[in-house]
Amino acid sequence: MSATTDSTTMTKAVGSAHTRVEGVAKVTGTARYAAEVPHPELAHGWLVLSTIARGRIRSVEDAPVLGMPGVLAVLHHGNAPRLDGTYTTPFGPPDRGLQLLQDERVPFVGRPVALVVAETPEQAREAAEALVVRYDEEPHDVAFFADRPGMYTPEGAEQGKGDVAAELAASAVVVDARYSTPEEHHSAMEPHAATARWDGGRLDVIDSNQGSRWVADELAKLFSLDPDAVRVRSEHVGGGFGSKATRPHVVLAVMAATVLRRPVRVVLTRRQMFSLVGYRSPTEQRVRLGADPDGRLRALDHQAECLTSTVHEFIERSADFGRPLYDADAHHTVTRVVALDVPTPTWMRAPGEAPGSFALESALDELAEKCGIDPIALRLRNEPAVGPLSGLPFSGRNLRGCFEEGARRFGWADRDARPGVRREGRWLLGTGTAAAAFPTLSAPSTAAVTAEADGTFTVRVTAMDIGTGARTALTLVAADALEVPPDRIRMRIGDSEFGSAIIAGGSMGTRSWSWAIIAAARELRDRLVPGAAVPPEGITVRSDTSAAVGALPDMERHTFGAQFAEVAVDVTSGEVRVRRMLGIFAAGRIVNPLTARGQFIGGMTWGLSMALHEEAIRDQASGGHVGADLAGYHFSAHADIPAIEADWLDDPDPHDPIGIKGIGEIGVVGAAAAIANAVWHATGVRHRTLPIRPDRVLTAGAGGHA
Amino acid sequence: MAPSTSSAITLNINGEKYTLPVDHRTTLLDALRERLDLTGTKKGCDQGQCGACTVLIDGRRALSCLQLAVAAEGRAITTIEGVADGERLHPVQRAFLELDGYQCGYCTPGQICSALGMLAEHADGWPSAVTADVRPEAEPPPLSAEEIRERMSGNLCRCGAYVQIAQAVARAAESPLGETEERVA
Repeated sequence: MSATTDSTTMTKAVGSAHTRVEGVAKVTGTARYAAEVPHPELAHGWLVLSTIARGRIRSVEDAPVLGMPGVLAVLHHGNAPRLDGTYTTPFGPPDRGLQLLQDERVPFVGRPVALVVAETPEQAREAAEALVVRYDEEPHDVAFFADRPGMYTPEGAEQGKGDVAAELAASAVVVDARYSTPEEHHSAMEPHAATARWDGGRLDVIDSNQGSRWVADELAKLFSLDPDAVRVRSEHVGGGFGSKATRPHVVLAVMAATVLRRPVRVVLTRRQMFSLVGYRSPTEQRVRLGADPDGRLRALDHQAECLTSTVHEFIERSADFGRPLYDADAHHTVTRVVALDVPTPTWMRAPGEAPGSFALESALDELAEKCGIDPIALRLRNEPAVGPLSGLPFSGRNLRGCFEEGARRFGWADRDARPGVRREGRWLLGTGTAAAAFPTLSAPSTAAVTAEADGTFTVRVTAMDIGTGARTALTLVAADALEVPPDRIRMRIGDSEFGSAIIAGGSMGTRSWSWAIIAAARELRDRLVPGAAVPPEGITVRSDTSAAVGALPDMERHTFGAQFAEVAVDVTSGEVRVRRMLGIFAAGRIVNPLTARGQFIGGMTWGLSMALHEEAIRDQASGGHVGADLAGYHFSAHADIPAIEADWLDDPDPHDPIGIKGIGEIGVVGAAAAIANAVWHATGVRHRTLPIRPDRVLTAGAGGHA
Repeated sequence: MAPSTSSAITLNINGEKYTLPVDHRTTLLDALRERLDLTGTKKGCDQGQCGACTVLIDGRRALSCLQLAVAAEGRAITTIEGVADGERLHPVQRAFLELDGYQCGYCTPGQICSALGMLAEHADGWPSAVTADVRPEAEPPPLSAEEIRERMSGNLCRCGAYVQIAQAVARAAESPLGETEERVA
């Protein structure tokens, strides 16, 4: 244990398995999600989306619809309340996509052009489907391909050192390969939903999101309200994965509740989610590696491309992945972007790292093959002592330990390195590995801890549990900080009234919220006089970690992992089946082993799904999706998922109060590459385009390249 | 006179009778969620692709989003709210809780109802696509991991809790898989 951790870490809740504190509610169906909180006088809003990819709305023919049964209002750009778009957010300029129903421009297929509100969902839906919207259509451009015109390099997206061309020329072994990943969608099981109502002079919103305070602040800015007049609650959230920011449903629910002065609920349909809640940009990537015969890297060049919309710039920073991972004499990473007539992409679980690791970790495997050395040995040969570009020390780096433990448990030493030599009937078998890394971040948060007169403690923090187990982890953290059993803690989360706190994102939620809880709990413990009675209103201590987080020394902070996969490839159908996966991670102190295992395995499941299944298809003619539903967009189902095991090394962060790093995303990173590398090992064919579909396997041919 | 577009119906849900007027277009799922405040049954896709709305109708798995409420009259409907025995969790629920067979919890009621229906189908000798011996006289196949995964594949989980869900189903079925986790290494 590190020097800065203190006696708080010596009690026993943190580090021991604990079932979810809201578990009974979830398995009995009593946990209520955003669309499930009843309201009297509730009206229902249904979105009408654009059917063209670029142009202007000529007319919204609302008169016939207003006469339909139960219809209360049709909001569109001609009558909707005005929104403010001049504010800033903690993440930069505001998403102009939230300027809904403000003008007649149509920037992509699936943009909201009207909201129909009616007494019942059936009436709202029928009226929305009946609404005629006429457009003046303009030619659109949704074509994304490598090196296409219009690509530009955003600020901060390029870093490097040394002379890549010279080092490549001097290298004995060179890999120069292009990789492609498709558009991918978060597809949280709970569709985005919000219920908005005015309660006196206050706006009260129940919403499905990853940051209630963030959404409340943004609603206040959009509607020019006093921030204290907006409350957003999100008790249970059915998955987010980056998609549950402030989204059109909540803005339009507030708009309609404001116009009608009655509660309005807006729930997205599954199809609407494909254009309204973000997605992962497709990527085109080129990786060039130059090495000495022993595998020591002389040159690492990773050039990635992605798309954004014409509305808002979002960059899928795939090339960032290699910056802390491997050193090379010449090191260059850049991500370029092009703005097209498509919806705006956004963060999706391991943004940048997921597609970037597929490309770079596949290229490392290709280099290992060319050098004739073991893929793990190649990676360990290129371990940097300090940040390859920053020169900063690592706060901790145990990639070596992950590979050594993983190799031992997976049986890597027995592997025949030759591809295409293991066969069971019609199945070719292979194994592959890849490295994982993900930034360790923390952000200022506040928390309040109250000692109650009955001997319990109430913790209030605007933390979010989108399925991560955060509510339970924070309960354990609070119990240890207060030196009481977990059942004495009442953990209240998901309410913007609890104060400013970081969102559930970037794998930094549990670390950041825990920090605030520990700070408040320690001060409270110091204030409680042994034996003295607690007054009826309790004793409350508030914390704010801004100063502590701001004082963190500048270092390379990351989690690391080693991914292993075994696949079987059907030579007759081209189907790839993953037989087993193992991930070993160095990811900080593990608060709750039971739920942490779910986070790692869930991430690895995403990696499998990315490797073999997920692909959103955009029709170039219409500019919209083909098959925008869960049949057309397949992510892994039960039958796709084999035995997956995840484990971790003891790896406390030296600068966190109890050593937490963050585990929500590292499990995805490298997993697709490990599978692709295993497919090569099975078949002798490199697959550089995801997903590795049966048709791609069949048409790739033996000994060639996909 | 235009034909009526709504009717009063009586639904038998978890052993209780509920009489309500419904728009004929109302699905069983919407009747449960929007009319009867039985929100444990979830709407994930509303088009029969995700399984979150799975309930049991006369003991068999059914997607309540693809069923009109008016067509469910006279049938015995079991939703997640009717699975536990009062405060006592059903063994399937307990296994999900203890083995962490869920994360966000949104697909969970459907997974649990599906598991209940699936275990009954298996006990009745129904084969699956991965069952080797499908002769009518064959014994039910052992409830292997492969059988469980195949039979549960109508229920999507985006959090990626499939490994733990399969273990929970196995434990509830008292299959060895639930107790000795499949090893990959």
